Amino acid sequence: MADLTDAGLKRTPLHGLHQRLGAKMVRFAGWEMPVQYALGVMKEHLHTRSAAGLFDVSHMGQVILRPRSGRVEDAAAALERLVPVDLLGLKEGRQRYAMFTSEAGGILDDLMVAHRGDHLFLVVNASRAEADIAHMKAHLSDVCEVLPVSGRALLALQGPAAEAVLDGVAHGCKTMHFMDVGVFHAGDAELWVSRSGYTGEDGFEISVPSEKAVGLAGVLLARPEVEPIGLGARDSLRLEAGLCLHGSDIDEGTTPIEADLAWAIQKARREGGAREGGFPGAPRILRELADGPARRRIGFLPEGRAPMRGGTPLFAAEDTAEPVGEVTSGGFGPSVDCPVSMGYVATGLAQPGTQLWGEVRGKRLPATVAELPFRPSRYKR
Amino acid sequence: MKFTEEHEWLKPEGDLVVVGITEHAAEQLGDIVFVELPEPDGSVSKGDEVVVIESVKAASDILAPIDGEIVEVNTALADNPGLVNEDAMGKAWFFKMKPANMADVDGYMTEAEYKDMIG
Repeated sequence: MADLTDAGLKRTPLHGLHQRLGAKMVRFAGWEMPVQYALGVMKEHLHTRSAAGLFDVSHMGQVILRPRSGRVEDAAAALERLVPVDLLGLKEGRQRYAMFTSEAGGILDDLMVAHRGDHLFLVVNASRAEADIAHMKAHLSDVCEVLPVSGRALLALQGPAAEAVLDGVAHGCKTMHFMDVGVFHAGDAELWVSRSGYTGEDGFEISVPSEKAVGLAGVLLARPEVEPIGLGARDSLRLEAGLCLHGSDIDEGTTPIEADLAWAIQKARREGGAREGGFPGAPRILRELADGPARRRIGFLPEGRAPMRGGTPLFAAEDTAEPVGEVTSGGFGPSVDCPVSMGYVATGLAQPGTQLWGEVRGKRLPATVAELPFRPSRYKR
Repeated sequence: MKFTEEHEWLKPEGDLVVVGITEHAAEQLGDIVFVELPEPDGSVSKGDEVVVIESVKAASDILAPIDGEIVEVNTALADNPGLVNEDAMGKAWFFKMKPANMADVDGYMTEAEYKDMIG
């Protein structure tokens, strides 16, 4: 294991706790983060699905958009310039998935946007936080203050036991539904809670003042249902849940329609909608919505036990020369107990049941296009 | 038993040598989810990639530690790759080789030397 001490990496407020818990730390998007704890990736994954897992996701960017007018709809309308999502239709206490698009229709980043009464609260990817903030400052400063939130950690508590555990600490959060947001108090700590996550399980994401983060994590970890979970299991959990990882499954070279994220573009922003277009890349994205994209993100199941990881070329037959696509994420799915992958193929080959071939170490191995998610999600709607 | 810098162990057994990976290596790799074994009938040269193991994190190659012929592979690993995490130094051997020259094994590290290397 390379020494990370002098690598100039940022550390979260839970760094000391990770070390005490025996985490294996790795470099991730400029941060020193736990990839696994003593349980190991497989057991951490299964534990999250059967009880509850606590994740430190403090590396993610938390940003407040505060409207200069004091009217939150002004901030929502301004942010609509950058995302193909209906934010004027987002109600107070609710959150939506969104993506910053480029002029070419690619995905600069994906994010969550919450309506918190007098402002919008955004959570963006760690690797893109700096670029996202600059992007918003350049395009929204006339209407909003763009305020990176410093001094708050971000935890995620995920799994079937998450509700009971968190409600014991932040009373009342069990009444929330999927994608609700609210403020709760745990002792003297103000928690900004959303009922959401990145695992396909019911669960919560909790923004907590940095100086209270270790205390909160300690209280949650003291419950027998809760184990600390690293980035390794976070990745296999989100892969089974069919959720995209920016930088792998989506990036500037993929459009939201190719990425099968059309569900995130509400009617108001589509052709004929009240606020049709008006976001970067709208011509291409609306055209692909109407006519279908040339290629599409799919899930597929390799036959046998060999994982097909990101970068594996995909073919329509065992002997054709030209690839028809590529794997963008792949690995072993501990809950489905077989290898699972996501990737892009020509639209004609995207139907579930279609046979594909992935080339692994020079050998063509068969795989079958499957519905996403690989495992039914268990959100509390 | 002898040890390589690639974290393999070699155990002479009659005129054969049994090869596996060390507990330390298994721990570093994490949960093993797939093992691809060679055909048990080929001659190999030292440094040939003969086994592929995939953990939840990544794929790694196991190299032939010496010249010789692979005469038997541990088919139990294909069905239960997790055996490598449970018993790396015992039941989770990968293959048995008939060495071209048994003396090649002697050049590798003793257990004490290996332990020094991994710290």
